[in-house]
Amino acid sequence: MAKSALLKSSIVKKYWMALTGLFLCLFLAGHLAGNLQLLVPNNALNFNQYALFMTTNPAVKLLSYLTYISILFHAIDGIMLTIQNKKARPVSYAKTNPAANSSLASRNMAVLGTLILVFIATHMVNFWAKMHFDKNMPLMTKEIEVQGNKQKFYVGTQTGQYYPVEQVALVGEKQNPETMMVKQFVIKNGTELYYSQADVKTADLYKDLYKLTLDFFKDPKLGLVFTIFYVFSMLVLAFHLWHGFQSAFQSLGVNSSKLTPLIKFVGKAFSIVVPLLFAIIPIFLHFKK
Amino acid sequence: MSAAKNINITLKIWRQKNANAKGSMETYKLDNVSTASSFLEMLDQLNEQLINEKKEPVAFDHDCREGICGMCSLYINGRAHGPDSGITTCQLHMRMFKDGDTIYIEPWRSKAFPVVKDLVVDRSAFDRIQQAGGFVSVNTSGNTIDANSIPIPKDDADKAFMAAACIGCGACVATCKNGSAMLFVGAKVSQYALLPQGKVEATQRVLNMVRQMDEEGFGNCTNTGACEIECPKGISLENIARMNREYLKASLK
Ligand code: HEM
Ligand code: SF4
Ligand code: FES
Repeated sequence: MAKSALLKSSIVKKYWMALTGLFLCLFLAGHLAGNLQLLVPNNALNFNQYALFMTTNPAVKLLSYLTYISILFHAIDGIMLTIQNKKARPVSYAKTNPAANSSLASRNMAVLGTLILVFIATHMVNFWAKMHFDKNMPLMTKEIEVQGNKQKFYVGTQTGQYYPVEQVALVGEKQNPETMMVKQFVIKNGTELYYSQADVKTADLYKDLYKLTLDFFKDPKLGLVFTIFYVFSMLVLAFHLWHGFQSAFQSLGVNSSKLTPLIKFVGKAFSIVVPLLFAIIPIFLHFKK
Repeated sequence: MSAAKNINITLKIWRQKNANAKGSMETYKLDNVSTASSFLEMLDQLNEQLINEKKEPVAFDHDCREGICGMCSLYINGRAHGPDSGITTCQLHMRMFKDGDTIYIEPWRSKAFPVVKDLVVDRSAFDRIQQAGGFVSVNTSGNTIDANSIPIPKDDADKAFMAAACIGCGACVATCKNGSAMLFVGAKVSQYALLPQGKVEATQRVLNMVRQMDEEGFGNCTNTGACEIECPKGISLENIARMNREYLKASLK
């Protein structure tokens, strides 16, 4: 391929839009499967286990880098195409009738995409950045009845590892060896549990993404706003996919009387079902008792 | 069919002295237009009125006036070739309009189709795309083989013929929100790609035609499908997909 054509040619730009767009559709399906675990009752442990796997497994990491690149590339390419397309009609019509020949979604892919980009940015600040970088990310605890008393335990990543919360010093908490009250454990590097006296690591604890998510959507002040914004963004995504899914196949040259009706059907189903299921989750969490 | 009657209309027409002048929409009243007349005859009537008033008549393109040459254009009430479907402007009739209607008439709007005067635009960008690859090279020294001596599957022949029905009018560009010429180029690539005679130069053809298309300043297809609906010759989006396949094949060679 002529090297300069890789980015310059109108059609090659469309191939990239389509490939990154379809890859992001796969990403959405995978992400949704993970999120749906939030609907299962008493599922905090499973969800946090899943979150740990998704942030540490090397294969998943590779996929996540591909996803970041795809989003960036798709957004930049999409904006470049849109600017070029605007330039192709420097004088606009006095009277137009776009509804006569095209769908609302197909005409507004750039606006829809930009709204999705805003959502992705806020979403990453609220969840992804906290999970990856926040030193104060909550750690998972579990209430267990011990001899008739309810007691709170930190949960270790190996089965059966429970550490009473009152025996674990908070980060930066001053321990006073003069009193007999020295706590047995300290937490280092966000999730590692050490014996406070011996500097020996005894367990890895779970980050509590489940609690973070629940608290986020149940926040007394802003929970409702976050929920509404999330649901709105899924509506935007639905419109983007309503046109985008089938459009990607056309861009890649797949169009035949046999395949196209099937692709259009799957695209419409995907564009309704996936955003709808995504949107149900924050609503469920917000109203959860 | 109901009998023809006369209607009175208001026209809002783009007037522009020449390629460099700044144009504007002007308003004209035209009375006693027969609903049996064609849209272009209505414009002829307007021009007669303007000439009688010692005003400059409106320049617009036309030639065959029977829907086959692709010369007429006009963006009428927000749609390429006006409100009817499957027709060029010369085939549009005034029975599509009502007494008292206001009709907007604008030239094709595209960076690659600069306005020459009033409603006339320069569509030679299409010619240059054709010249870049829209042909088959044959020896014309007297021993040309009859095209029909090469057997071609009926389905391919039909599809090639349907693609070749494109008259190069530019309605696809005019109606596309991106000013994209991909339906035209898709049709011109397809009409050869489907036939054995066209296969020989297929690689260079699609690369060169698409490069020329981009150089002319046409926009990028976003698959809105508006072109397919407004095309007077029913050229299908399948032709754009075929061009995309051809381009992929050619790029990987
Ligand atoms: C999860 C997120 C997203 C998914 C699944 C997605 C999916 C898609 C798909 C499948 C297409 C059709 C590609 C084609 O027609 O060849 C598309 C087109 C488009 N997307 Fe996205 N997209 C996403 C996010 C974004 C973002 C963040 C932007 C940012 C601006 C964006 C802007 C666009 C634009 C402008 C188009 C139309 C491009 C064209 O047809 O030329 N999208 N998207
Ligand atoms: S594809 Fe249709 S609308 Fe476009 S130039 Fe050809 S005939 Fe005209
Ligand atoms: S004048 Fe020839 S197609 Fe309209």
